[in-house]
Amino acid sequence: MVRRHLLLALGALVVVVLVLETTSQFRNAQFAAMAYYAIAAAGLTILTGLNGQLSLGHGALMAVGAYSTALMLQSREGTLPLLVILALATVITVVVGALVGVAAARLHGPYLAGATLALAVAIPGIPLYFSEWLGGEQGLNVRMPEIPVWLADAAYFVTGQELTQIRYLAYLGWLGVIVVFVLLANLSRSRVGRNWQAVRDDEVAAELAGINLGRARVQAFVVSAGCAGLAGGLLALSARLAAPSGFTLTLSLLLLSAVVLGGLGSLVGALVGAALLTFLPQVVTGAGTDLGLTDVQAAQLAPLIYGLVTVLVVLLAPAGLAGGLRKLIHWRRSS
Amino acid sequence: MKRWYTGTALLLAMAVTATACGAGGRPEGEEKGSTVGITDTTIKIGAHFPLTGVAAPGYSEIPSGHQAYYDYVNANGGVNGRKIEFVVKDDGYNPTNTSQVTNELVLNDEIFAMVGGLGTPTHSAVVDYLNDAKVPDLFVSSGSLQWGDWPKEKPFTFGWQPDYEIEGKIIGDWVAKNMPDAKVGLFLQDDDFGRDGEKGARRYLDSQIVAVAKYTPGNTDVAPQIAQLQAAGVDLVLGFNVPSYTALSQLVSLKIGFKPKWFYSNVGSDPALVGSLLARFSEGAVTDSASLLNGVMSTEYLPGMDAPDDPWMKLWQKVWDEHGADGELTNYRVYGMSQAYTFVQALQAAGQDPTREGIVEAIEKSGASFEGPGIAPFRYTGDSHLGISGMSVVEIQNGIGEDLTPVLVTDLGDTPIKEDDSAAGDAPPSNGIPDVKPAE
Repeated sequence: MVRRHLLLALGALVVVVLVLETTSQFRNAQFAAMAYYAIAAAGLTILTGLNGQLSLGHGALMAVGAYSTALMLQSREGTLPLLVILALATVITVVVGALVGVAAARLHGPYLAGATLALAVAIPGIPLYFSEWLGGEQGLNVRMPEIPVWLADAAYFVTGQELTQIRYLAYLGWLGVIVVFVLLANLSRSRVGRNWQAVRDDEVAAELAGINLGRARVQAFVVSAGCAGLAGGLLALSARLAAPSGFTLTLSLLLLSAVVLGGLGSLVGALVGAALLTFLPQVVTGAGTDLGLTDVQAAQLAPLIYGLVTVLVVLLAPAGLAGGLRKLIHWRRSS
Repeated sequence: MKRWYTGTALLLAMAVTATACGAGGRPEGEEKGSTVGITDTTIKIGAHFPLTGVAAPGYSEIPSGHQAYYDYVNANGGVNGRKIEFVVKDDGYNPTNTSQVTNELVLNDEIFAMVGGLGTPTHSAVVDYLNDAKVPDLFVSSGSLQWGDWPKEKPFTFGWQPDYEIEGKIIGDWVAKNMPDAKVGLFLQDDDFGRDGEKGARRYLDSQIVAVAKYTPGNTDVAPQIAQLQAAGVDLVLGFNVPSYTALSQLVSLKIGFKPKWFYSNVGSDPALVGSLLARFSEGAVTDSASLLNGVMSTEYLPGMDAPDDPWMKLWQKVWDEHGADGELTNYRVYGMSQAYTFVQALQAAGQDPTREGIVEAIEKSGASFEGPGIAPFRYTGDSHLGISGMSVVEIQNGIGEDLTPVLVTDLGDTPIKEDDSAAGDAPPSNGIPDVKPAE
């Protein structure tokens, strides 16, 4: 299993390089956005789909990662290497996630949703309170550090085009996606993952089988928080900003809807959901303008279509887009 | 096991092929000014505005003003034979979205310049990016100082409206001279807007200010702030806030019986918008909003809907009637058209073959002499990218701003405030299209 995941990852890496090198800068930027949505959605789909915990606070955990990254990039004289910063942002979010997870492990169902909802509402308030330090409503500007010279040269040598900041960021994001997906895929097929599923399916049976319920829940929450932290760090780099208005409750709900649209518990589903979040608004708005709608009407079209897609998916493919696709393939094979 | 080898071999082969397409070294070469977004017959510009969400009322009308004026110019032959295309993207006043739509404008639509991008928190998310990418970032729709006080750092960015610091100075000076006994309370938006305004006002009013209340945009409960001002015995409130908070502060004050004199900065004082917001927020309880705002003081730097006989307003009305979208002309559309007018001037100043670097240089050289609807001149030079340099103090009566002062002109820091009506008499050319000579 592990070997298969690694092989898939290697294949994915080649595909990522080919896609990023052959698409425009703008598409690269969109892929960078898709990468952070995918990482956050993957964490959430593991938590909700595999372990059965509903979190409405993942947007807030992303804020923790984003602000950590932003703070570490504030110094004008040189900062830590970018990968180290992202790793640290992930660790910081893991710590916050562990604190929340310990509290959350005692709750379930709507109570857990309520507690994480409070998180989503409260965390964007922190930068407003410490506005001297965290930039208040305007947030902290994030400037991407320069691409290391050896990397830029190496990239040029291999691909024949300059490695732009945006493409660099897209590579970074997709490297993150591949690493996170391999780890999560292995984890969910390991003993730990099976424990999580057991807890989800029947608490009493799981406890009788010797599984520590609280520990399994905290584990799942911590892993999921780590993903959110990394995603938040990438978001801050990509948006060049960490500001409270970027991490409202809407973000948490969007992530959840992406996970449901893609297919709860499925990593491929997380990827599909992230693609929808990234590409749908821009494509729909563009189509609206082409159809001769005014700018305002076209802008209002995107949320409408997103809502309609959600309704259709829930009606026609209750297992999400990835689940529906799998079912279709099975059905064609068997017939 | 066998399949595993095949797979690996296939991947390696793909990777090697992909690598073989590479270059191995960099070609040499220098390029001159960038002409991205310009063809022989068109020039494409764009901006981000809140078309949906909380900030959309009012602000979403600005781009329609831009569009109407560009349509008017295009119908009259364009600028040097080029028609202006204006692309608008919705950011919902969310900086994360601003970043994404700016990517789209710069990389996908390949705009020549950003013109009129709106909002302090939103635009500050993209200002570094635009400058790094060397995209002219003209006439930001916000009065934050950061667009123009330090052009070395942001050489491609230009402000347009009077910045909040000089507005604070002009308001502070007027209050200190005309209401020396007032106990002043500040009602501030907690960002650059409130900060810069407070800085300017304190220069003249420091000893008179008895209370400072700040609100966070998005939090619609301002009762604690208003109660704080009331408890401090304030009898004159200076508000550096957006229109919805003008309406909210008025409603809360009605509720708790707080009756000070009000002085709102230009941004928050549009009587038409505040009136409609008052009616909406009070769910119909406030119907006579025009009289509620009677006696409220504010500032003006453009002729607006309350002066239909102004030659500029006659031009805007004509443009709107001929090329406008649905709806009536509003102050926000006038604002958009006025910005569009300045952009056309800048484009003319950049000459027959404009480049991104060229238009920046042209504004620095001749921007201070652009004659437009603004009642005070622009401050554009190599050392300052700040916009209109002054405004006049007005008192609102039945939705009309009546001048209390002539035009007051100043600049940042301790630059004195002086009366200067020189730019107020500018009238538009008869065909409504500026005629600026290329900057030498």
